[in-house]
Amino acid sequence: MKTKLSAENLNISFGAKHVLKNVNVEFSENEITALIGPSGCGKSTLLRSFNRMHDLSSDAKITGSLKLENLDLYSKTVPVTEIRKRIGMVFQKANPFPKSIYENIAYGLKINNLPHDKAVIEKALREAFLWEEVKGDLKMPATRLSGGQQQRLCIARAVALRPEVILMDEPCSALDPVSTLKIEELISHLKEKYTIVIVTHNMQQAQRIADKTVFMYLGEVKEEGPTSQIFGNPLNEMTTNYITGQFG
Amino acid sequence: MKYRTRLSLDVFFKFVFKTTGLLVLALLGGILAMLIYNSFSFFLDVRPLDFITGMEWNPTAKIPKYGMVPLILSTTLVTLGAMVIAIPLGIGTAAFISEYASPKLKNILKPTIEMLAAIPSVVIGFLGIVVVSPGLANLADLSNGLNALNGAILLAVMALPTIITIAEDAIHAVPQAYKEASYAVGATKWQTLRKVIIPAAAPGIIAAVMLGVGRAIGETMTVLMATGNASILPTSMFDSVKTMTATIAIEMGEVPYQTTHYFALYAIATVLFIMTLAANMLGEYFINRFRKYHAA
Amino acid sequence: MQHKTRALSSVIEWGTLLLSTLLVCFFLVVVIWEIVSKGAGQLSWEFVSTIPSNGMTEGGIITPIIGTVLLTLITAIFSIPFGVACAIYLQEYADDTWLTRTIRASIRNLSGVPSIIYGLFGLALFVQAFQFGTSLIAAGLTLGLLSLPYIITTTEEALMRIPNSVREAALAVGATKFETIKDVIIPSAMSGILTGVVLTLSRAAGETAPILFTGAAFYINGTSGFINQEFMALPYHLYMLSTQHQSIDEVRPIAYGTALVLIIVVFFLNLTAFYIRYKYRKNEN
Repeated sequence: MKTKLSAENLNISFGAKHVLKNVNVEFSENEITALIGPSGCGKSTLLRSFNRMHDLSSDAKITGSLKLENLDLYSKTVPVTEIRKRIGMVFQKANPFPKSIYENIAYGLKINNLPHDKAVIEKALREAFLWEEVKGDLKMPATRLSGGQQQRLCIARAVALRPEVILMDEPCSALDPVSTLKIEELISHLKEKYTIVIVTHNMQQAQRIADKTVFMYLGEVKEEGPTSQIFGNPLNEMTTNYITGQFG
Repeated sequence: MKYRTRLSLDVFFKFVFKTTGLLVLALLGGILAMLIYNSFSFFLDVRPLDFITGMEWNPTAKIPKYGMVPLILSTTLVTLGAMVIAIPLGIGTAAFISEYASPKLKNILKPTIEMLAAIPSVVIGFLGIVVVSPGLANLADLSNGLNALNGAILLAVMALPTIITIAEDAIHAVPQAYKEASYAVGATKWQTLRKVIIPAAAPGIIAAVMLGVGRAIGETMTVLMATGNASILPTSMFDSVKTMTATIAIEMGEVPYQTTHYFALYAIATVLFIMTLAANMLGEYFINRFRKYHAA
Repeated sequence: MQHKTRALSSVIEWGTLLLSTLLVCFFLVVVIWEIVSKGAGQLSWEFVSTIPSNGMTEGGIITPIIGTVLLTLITAIFSIPFGVACAIYLQEYADDTWLTRTIRASIRNLSGVPSIIYGLFGLALFVQAFQFGTSLIAAGLTLGLLSLPYIITTTEEALMRIPNSVREAALAVGATKFETIKDVIIPSAMSGILTGVVLTLSRAAGETAPILFTGAAFYINGTSGFINQEFMALPYHLYMLSTQHQSIDEVRPIAYGTALVLIIVVFFLNLTAFYIRYKYRKNEN
């Protein structure tokens, strides 16, 4: 399996706090990889380093290499907006723009000089399993949608840009079980076209949808491998303790 | 739009936005510089001690007198009078709105207070001339009612919205847990209010008062129109008084540019600035105490 | 027995607070009643559309009305872009350095500075140093400076209410920081910003002290309108009619009329701001 996204000797600190310690990890193309671990283990920090969200923190220090295939994500010659077009993100709490459903998707396309006609919008909404529910009124403000619909809209917004990778930061944690299942079904579908990395607190979710799982603890990668192996036959004692609920 | 253009726009506007921040600093610096420069020019002609302790303000006399005491006394008298009226009324109203009023009533009262705050000072001054002044003249058997008491009443009306709004915030912010604890030991609503809620809201209430004081000290039109403007040492609330602000307002229009008199007015302005700055900084200090306390 | 006294005292206590509240509301009622009852008689189409004549004892007040409108316009043109831009800087760009803290402290102090000191500053800077002379532009800029701190504060509050997640969403689709502010943040903060702007302008329209020495005049030929000349304005007109006119009693009715027009303008602006705020809250929920 081709490696799509990789981190090598990655260390991240915020001021005096050393959050990620010598992380080495690879994510394969067209697979769903889950990042699991207790709160504070650094999984969100790792996720966000790939689309350079830490650029927003003035005290973030990043050393090591982060690559999209062979491209150095922190190279000075590649514009960050280009990277974020190729690596999309869906957030924990759905954050549609305070605009209409149509505009939510069209906006990203417009600023990246991509076609944003109705056909493109419809395609994105179909891919996100949302078209049938909203096709009647695309001008409606996105904030009037339900939580689950908003999150699917955010996914539509991300896929509209035709990224190569989609990063998901606990996308279902604010949703009810029914919406969660719908979105999990959607994510499973998406891996045909995209590489997906999903941070999740929900171990059952990881078992349901992820091909590979990475277990992190206190800023280090403790174990990684196929999901069935991590949950069925973990090699590391910490992993066993975490998945059996002894801590976390 | 090409990426390079987008990036240039980004950089350009960051620069523009940052510059406006510096502009604000320049504004405050400019005001300070103007006050200091002109006051300094004044103190070249008149000794600071004479200014601060002089009992007579008569710049246009043959031997000009630049004593600030009557002016400071006038401002103090009017402000104090205003606070005597506004503090109990303000805190009482704030307590009522926060603790006793139903949500519907609150929705009527709060906009009412905002409306009161919106009335321009010149209109309040006008009311002082046409309503309060004759009223006072009748009550106290005077020839006219343009005096310190008139000014105090009007300033109270102007300061009340500030005091009420901030005090109400402070009272409202007292944690529910305190009130519940008090009721649980059998206290009445009033006892809880007096012994638990108000003391807990004290920093915020003091802030409200300080900001109200700052407002009263700096008010110009109301006192200009309603207090009589006699440059004498006031001895009672029924005397005509001339506050610091009124002095500047009246005399600035007629004074020749860059004479001692001109600089004297800036010196008064400097003292005024210091007084309002002190009141506002104290108010802010207490607001921070109230916020920190609430967060804890 | 204890019960009865307790019940009685709580009624007295509640009554005292109610009384103070009623007294405060009473002040507002007195102001409005006095001005409306004695000023309404003056209001007519003629009153608001003719110029004052015969030593201000006759005619209308269109000149001060135009003056106030123009003044408020200049204030808006100057203070809104600067104020909003400064707020954007503080909220979206500035790190927590001593410089930022100093700027914030300066803004707070500036909002507490008495309006007459702004008048003095406007006199020194615009009238004298910049050589605009006593004029509409000098007074307008002075009021603009007076309004700046308030616009900055209310705009900052509006920007603060926008959750960070929305900013992150924009960046995640590849927007630059400026595009995020322009296309996402400002549109959603718009009603909060507008509310602050309208309230500030309503305050500026009613201010007298800053225009006393920067350009307000009791009488000018023709109508106000020249940016480099003196002008008439409603608050100043009211002040002069009620204190400095030779026949104060004769012009008293006109003073009432002026006061009424001024209050109508101010209240109208305030109600507009309330309406914007109300609609915004409704949309939020």
